[in-house]
Amino acid sequence: MNEIPLTHILFVSTALFFIGMYGLFTRRNIITMLMSIELMLNSVNINFVAFNKYLFPDKLDGLFFSLFIITIAAAEAAVAIAIIINLYRSHQSIDVDDATEMKF
Amino acid sequence: MNTSVIIFYAIATLILGAALLAVTTLKIFRSAIWLLFSLVGIAALYFWMQVEFIAAIQIVVYVGGIVVLIIFSIFLTQQSGKEMAKPATSKIIFSALAALLGTAFTFNLINHYGFNTTSSEPFNTNVSEIGTQMLSTTSHGFILPFEVVSMLLLAAMVGCIVIAMKPTAANIVHLNNKED
Repeated sequence: MNEIPLTHILFVSTALFFIGMYGLFTRRNIITMLMSIELMLNSVNINFVAFNKYLFPDKLDGLFFSLFIITIAAAEAAVAIAIIINLYRSHQSIDVDDATEMKF
Repeated sequence: MNTSVIIFYAIATLILGAALLAVTTLKIFRSAIWLLFSLVGIAALYFWMQVEFIAAIQIVVYVGGIVVLIIFSIFLTQQSGKEMAKPATSKIIFSALAALLGTAFTFNLINHYGFNTTSSEPFNTNVSEIGTQMLSTTSHGFILPFEVVSMLLLAAMVGCIVIAMKPTAANIVHLNNKED
């Protein structure tokens, strides 16, 4: 258990965050962009839990932060998918390039 | 090199490989399934860190909730067998460059910081401990965020129903009121 230093877990979460960022930059489809955001939120959760476990094992604050992040991510995904379905009804497409009415 | 170390690197490979495929594959349904594997891998990482409660929440909420919701919305809005358009090459190059630079910079920072992991107290993550602290009203309790997040969930639920409601239903009600 203790053979793995904290930095290796942080390396994994950093790589996951930037993979999510790459997906957010390259994708043009709203659903896949939402998936990339989920990956980024998950990497933040890994960080919170790892810091809590390795640096402050007498407290539980990191666990609570990840619990609340997971809750808010669920609410965010539900609202986003309602918006996506509504957008599909009015535009017949969910590409961000096709929804440009409010673009300046 | 013992079993725990090998398991950690296997889990890390699963998470990163599945995430990389999820953001690069051109078929949207496969992308959702790779995301599912990546999230299961993250739950396995939580099990490896012995925070079983968070791992269970991860499986229930992400794998059982969010991914199923995403797959539903794919079926409602897409032809799932169709390939998406490939992003422009210049966009791929610059995004990959930005991601690699950010990764290298952060790796460098983490490598040189030197965390002092000296505290050797046992990490107590009983569910009873978590529940007591979440609902306690003392200065280390989390009752206020708990209540606020419950209001947020209620608002999200009402908002989803209002946003996704068919506009024709509202028009029908409107017309009926006019006739009266």
